[in-house]
Amino acid sequence: MKQALLSICAAALGLAAAGSASAATTLETVKARGKLVCGVSLATPGFAAPDDKGRMQGFDADICRSIAAAVFGDGDKVEFVPTNINTRFQALQSGEIDVLSRQTTHTFSRDASLGLDFGPTVFYDGQGLMVPKSLGVSSAKELTEAAICTLPGTTTAQNISDFFRAINGKFELVVFESPDENRAAFYSGRCEAITSDRSDLASIRAVANNPADYIVLPETISKEPLAPAFRQNDSQWGDIVSWSVWMLMAAEEKGITQANVDEKLKSEDPDVQRMLGATEELGKMLGLDNKWGYNVIKSVGNYGEVFERNVGEGTKLGLTRGPNALWNAGGLIYSPPIR
Amino acid sequence: MAFLHDMRFRAYFYQIVAIGFVALVGWTMFATASGNLAKQNIATGFDFLTRPAGFVITESAIAFEATDTVGRAILVGIANTVKVSLLAAIFGTVLGLGVGIARLSHNPLLARLALVYVELLRNVPLLLYLFLWYSLIILILPPVKQAFHLLPGVYLSNSGLVVPAALVESGGLALVACLVGGAAAALVIRITSTRHRVATGRSNHGGLIALAALVVPVLLLWLANGVVVNWDFPTAGKFRLTGGLHVRPEFVALLFGLALSVSANVAEIVRAGIQAVDKGQWEASAALGLSRGKAMRLVVLPQALRIIIPPLTNTYLTVFKNSSLAIAIGYPDLVMVSNTVMNQTGQAIETIAIFMGVYLALSIAISLLMNWYNAHVALKER
Repeated sequence: MKQALLSICAAALGLAAAGSASAATTLETVKARGKLVCGVSLATPGFAAPDDKGRMQGFDADICRSIAAAVFGDGDKVEFVPTNINTRFQALQSGEIDVLSRQTTHTFSRDASLGLDFGPTVFYDGQGLMVPKSLGVSSAKELTEAAICTLPGTTTAQNISDFFRAINGKFELVVFESPDENRAAFYSGRCEAITSDRSDLASIRAVANNPADYIVLPETISKEPLAPAFRQNDSQWGDIVSWSVWMLMAAEEKGITQANVDEKLKSEDPDVQRMLGATEELGKMLGLDNKWGYNVIKSVGNYGEVFERNVGEGTKLGLTRGPNALWNAGGLIYSPPIR
Repeated sequence: MAFLHDMRFRAYFYQIVAIGFVALVGWTMFATASGNLAKQNIATGFDFLTRPAGFVITESAIAFEATDTVGRAILVGIANTVKVSLLAAIFGTVLGLGVGIARLSHNPLLARLALVYVELLRNVPLLLYLFLWYSLIILILPPVKQAFHLLPGVYLSNSGLVVPAALVESGGLALVACLVGGAAAALVIRITSTRHRVATGRSNHGGLIALAALVVPVLLLWLANGVVVNWDFPTAGKFRLTGGLHVRPEFVALLFGLALSVSANVAEIVRAGIQAVDKGQWEASAALGLSRGKAMRLVVLPQALRIIIPPLTNTYLTVFKNSSLAIAIGYPDLVMVSNTVMNQTGQAIETIAIFMGVYLALSIAISLLMNWYNAHVALKER
């Protein structure tokens, strides 16, 4: 009995101590730990899923690597933490992860009420619907009275409800916690359609027995700008996350790739010199090594390379750049000047 | 300082210290959490319950529209949880009683079959069974376009069973009155006839008369065209059947899984309860000329019931809590609705507090009810 009481005492003291300690900035914490802890999806091919050698691959994973490269000069100093769709924000709030790079939509209420901030949009997505070709449907508006499968997470359930309310149609919503069950129900014909972000639909289609049997309908029923998130009130860390992402975009604009980054160190272009740390000391302003930009590009390549490698037309997902092309190529990807 | 050596004083003292300590730990956790939330600018409070939900819940025991509040959405979740656990407890108990008695059968085939049934169900996690039943339903049954047409208006597909729905046009109140009145009359007749039989030792037809009291008024009402019922037959819509009553596969798989798991537990409890009744009771019944079935029904089971009730309470509590596995196969129970709410509002602590509170309250309610029943059937020693 005495021992039990003592251990409870110790636990309570530990709890109180945990409550008071959190003064260090995120950058200090990350540096002291020697690695970045990055929250990613459970298993979403193209965005974050381990390959056959156990290495985490995907668009979101590469965003994590670029931040790690900016901080440590080594893109592999990342611990990937697969986060549940329901607990991802709590994982960030509690400090379990340093940054959340998990196909997370930047919305007003998340920004304003969850004690976190969002970095630049890394992927312009939107919710769509996918149906079997054999259904003979060419527009989401024809889907009234259909059963639609979805995951409970994010805002998908709300968006699809709003969509059908706007066209005054009824539908049956079947919600699954597990992505596998969600897919299985759709493939077996339990639902006529499945709804999710278009990028996610491409991922679901990629693992179907015969991907050509399914089509993604043309309607995009919501705006889903996916962005990395970090804890509020730590501007330095926010700057590091944001500028690591912008560095990827600026590199594509300037034609710097993973392959030619060493050559580009000798470039005459003053923008490129500043980005790669050949002149001026931009890195110091962020509390990073002066070659942070070089390190980011050296470890993952530029934005275009990250896109094509993970979700582009050459991959199973087969996504076109669309709104995710550079601003000067008709897209929305735009980095503020790095100077 | 003599009171320090007083056993009673010391017992109270330790209890007060323990309660105080638990309260202190709880308060520290609460204060730390709310302090941290405020520091990080995270919204708190229960205001979100009055906001419009904005999402659809297809399977709901009470009416629900997307424009209703989040609070009502959670209420739908609670109703769905209660519906499925209640039905699972009832079916599971009836089935389990049968299996438990079969375990003790003198027929070796029946006894072994019951044993295999119990062991198979008890030794594999329920979650896996739920996946299994659900997958079987959606993979084996055809899509809704090729639904089996079993009877006129009855369709079976991997979207569930659709049957014609009865819409009571008029006379609904009269029907309810007849049913309730008939049931009350039947109960009274049965109790008085049993009393009469016990007092006189002569058998009467109390059971039959009670049944008649239950059925005849409804039948008369029906024959007199007192109730007008419109049958809503399902019709083939663009994609699926519209109209009629839908029993969805998510519900069926969950009900099936839960009921089977309850039945395996109940079977073991019943077997143990029957075996705990003294052998002399069987022998005494036989000596009085009762058949084995009658001995079981009239002598052994009523005594076994006293032993059965407390562990049965545990089983009912378990099925109620296990219903939260619904989330895996898409049945909108309390946890699933809460998860959707959590995602929209981001207020996980409050939402989890709500569903923990609901589970706690309903579990305590079940316990109290079962304890009352236990006290009711317990041996009254005077």
